Amino acid sequence: MLRLEKRPQPSKVWTYAAPLLAVVITIILGGVLFWLLGKDPIAATGMIFWDPLFGNFSAFYLPELLIKAAPLILIAIGLSFGFQAGIWNIGAEGQYIIGAICAAGVALAFYPLEARWLIFPLMIVAGIAGGAAWAMIPALLRVYFKTNEILVSLMLVYVAEVLINAFSVGLMRDPDGMGFPGSRSIKQYPSASNGDLFPNLGSFGSGIHWGVITALFAVIVAYVFMTRHRFGFNVRLAGQSPRAAAFSGVNPNRLIILCMVLSGGMAGVAGMFEVAGPSGQILGSFPAFYGFTAIIVAFLGRLHPFGILLAGLLMALTYIGGDAALQPLQLPSASIQVFQGMLLFSLLSVDVLTNYRIRLAQGAVT
Amino acid sequence: MGDINIVFLLAAVIVASTPIMLAAIGELVVERAGILNLGVEGMMITGAVCGYIAGHETSSAFVGFSGAALGGAAVAGIFGMLTLGLLTNQVATGLALTLFGVGLAAIVGQGYSTDTEVIVSKLSIPFLTDIPAIGHILFKHDLVVYCSLALVALVWAFLKYSRAGLILRAVGENHEAAHALGYNVLLIRFGAVLFGGACAGLGGAYISLVRVPQWTDGITAGAGWIALAIVVFAGWKPGRLVVGAYLFGGVTALQLNLQATGLAIPVEYLSMSPYIATILVLVALSGSPGPGSLGKTFHASR
Repeated sequence: MLRLEKRPQPSKVWTYAAPLLAVVITIILGGVLFWLLGKDPIAATGMIFWDPLFGNFSAFYLPELLIKAAPLILIAIGLSFGFQAGIWNIGAEGQYIIGAICAAGVALAFYPLEARWLIFPLMIVAGIAGGAAWAMIPALLRVYFKTNEILVSLMLVYVAEVLINAFSVGLMRDPDGMGFPGSRSIKQYPSASNGDLFPNLGSFGSGIHWGVITALFAVIVAYVFMTRHRFGFNVRLAGQSPRAAAFSGVNPNRLIILCMVLSGGMAGVAGMFEVAGPSGQILGSFPAFYGFTAIIVAFLGRLHPFGILLAGLLMALTYIGGDAALQPLQLPSASIQVFQGMLLFSLLSVDVLTNYRIRLAQGAVT
Repeated sequence: MGDINIVFLLAAVIVASTPIMLAAIGELVVERAGILNLGVEGMMITGAVCGYIAGHETSSAFVGFSGAALGGAAVAGIFGMLTLGLLTNQVATGLALTLFGVGLAAIVGQGYSTDTEVIVSKLSIPFLTDIPAIGHILFKHDLVVYCSLALVALVWAFLKYSRAGLILRAVGENHEAAHALGYNVLLIRFGAVLFGGACAGLGGAYISLVRVPQWTDGITAGAGWIALAIVVFAGWKPGRLVVGAYLFGGVTALQLNLQATGLAIPVEYLSMSPYIATILVLVALSGSPGPGSLGKTFHASR
């Protein structure tokens, strides 16, 4: 009989090896799933993981990779602080939507004024403020009423989805849009556009927009804060031992609010870059599940900024490869969620090796 | 408001509440055993698709609901093996279960269309059904509605009066102590997780076989999360759970009725009301700490 024995310290080797093993397991499980559905497993897996990077259309897919990875990394970096402290903001999707709505609101209010120096920064501020405010609701309810932040932040995702649908056909509808749903194109409004910064780099552009640069910057800043600053230390302390944190003077309520506002603000700014660039307008189809996928990115990246950077790129690859593979394979778009679910399952399972040693159980204890 | 028929509204409340009540009573048992399974939404939607397909293949409501319970329990089994066997974080595993279930249901149910009909027969009790108004509200539903209420009563009696219920609660309150007393914490919890999955599956099937009744992607639309909220609202007590489920069903049915009457309030704002109501209810009634070992990983040390 096998049994688990707790390691005194998490294993260094498995900390790095576990995510890789989890990816391998997921690819194998995914292959089995394709096989069960009657599709060629090797071709399907190749379509998802190989073709976007090295296939014939990689010049088209590589910029897409950066565009998809940027919001995932931004949101996951914000979430990673709270998750380390045991504060579960599950509603990043809602904060992302509200950030986009606020930023779009600023842009539409100034339209058609030409003042990029004013409008673009103001949109960033509005995105951060909107996301942070939406995250403040569960934070304050948790602090003052001990309400479960998981459920409240999640309910607010549904509310945000209803709101963006309502705004796209109501308050923010394009007055010149012949009655079609959706706002004016913010991407084509020069003072607010978050377009490709190096459009001539590849045959399909570089994919680098302000959100990509901000995401990279966020990774570095988060690394410094996490490892070199008192805030990062307090976060990790509160997660590992709330009592010890309280004795060392960490105010748990302030930590909840800080972590929630941080993750909400990051999700909000990700929404701003998305609505001003790749997505381009307020529309009912704007939510793309980034807020939920970012949770997996945060875990896959071990809640470490550099890990999140790599995990974000990998998840973006599954998005792109998934989209490219699903149509020829005639699978519904939601099936990519099966992959994401299996990835998180196997990652969490493999993690047992990081914290425990597997031992053959001996007979009776003497 | 004058256009709303109060009798039909109250009857609709009961139909709207039943899936959430079924999922919530299962989750209540799971949480009383000390496990927090956030994957209710994933188990419900798996049950919805399994129940729909099983029911339509055999055109039998009984087979449909049985299939749903099995499907829900099967995906709950994954959750149980991971959290109990491999000691994974319950919050993250529950989220993974929701993602997995939603995606799996979309694949399994893709393009599933059929002409066979599943009839979940309505009960007709002599005399009682004929009472004006009350007969229509209370005594003209399908068997599942009454079974779900009976299930809540059974869970209540089980937790309060049976020895097995006492052991389950002991495991949830303090797993170290229960382990020291010689109870098999993992086995008891695994059983509770499977029961929770089966109940969530039944709730999902009630949506896809009775309430809607058809299969569409994302059919549960957050009902699983609301069931989780109702468990907190109920303070982990079966009696209050019924009140919570009917309250929520009331909000849902009322907003649908208001939409139909074409009130001045835009449809969008009405359709967010169940979620807002859930938050308000959580705020008003939270504060109860819940079972002592809820959400904590158990590892028997030597």
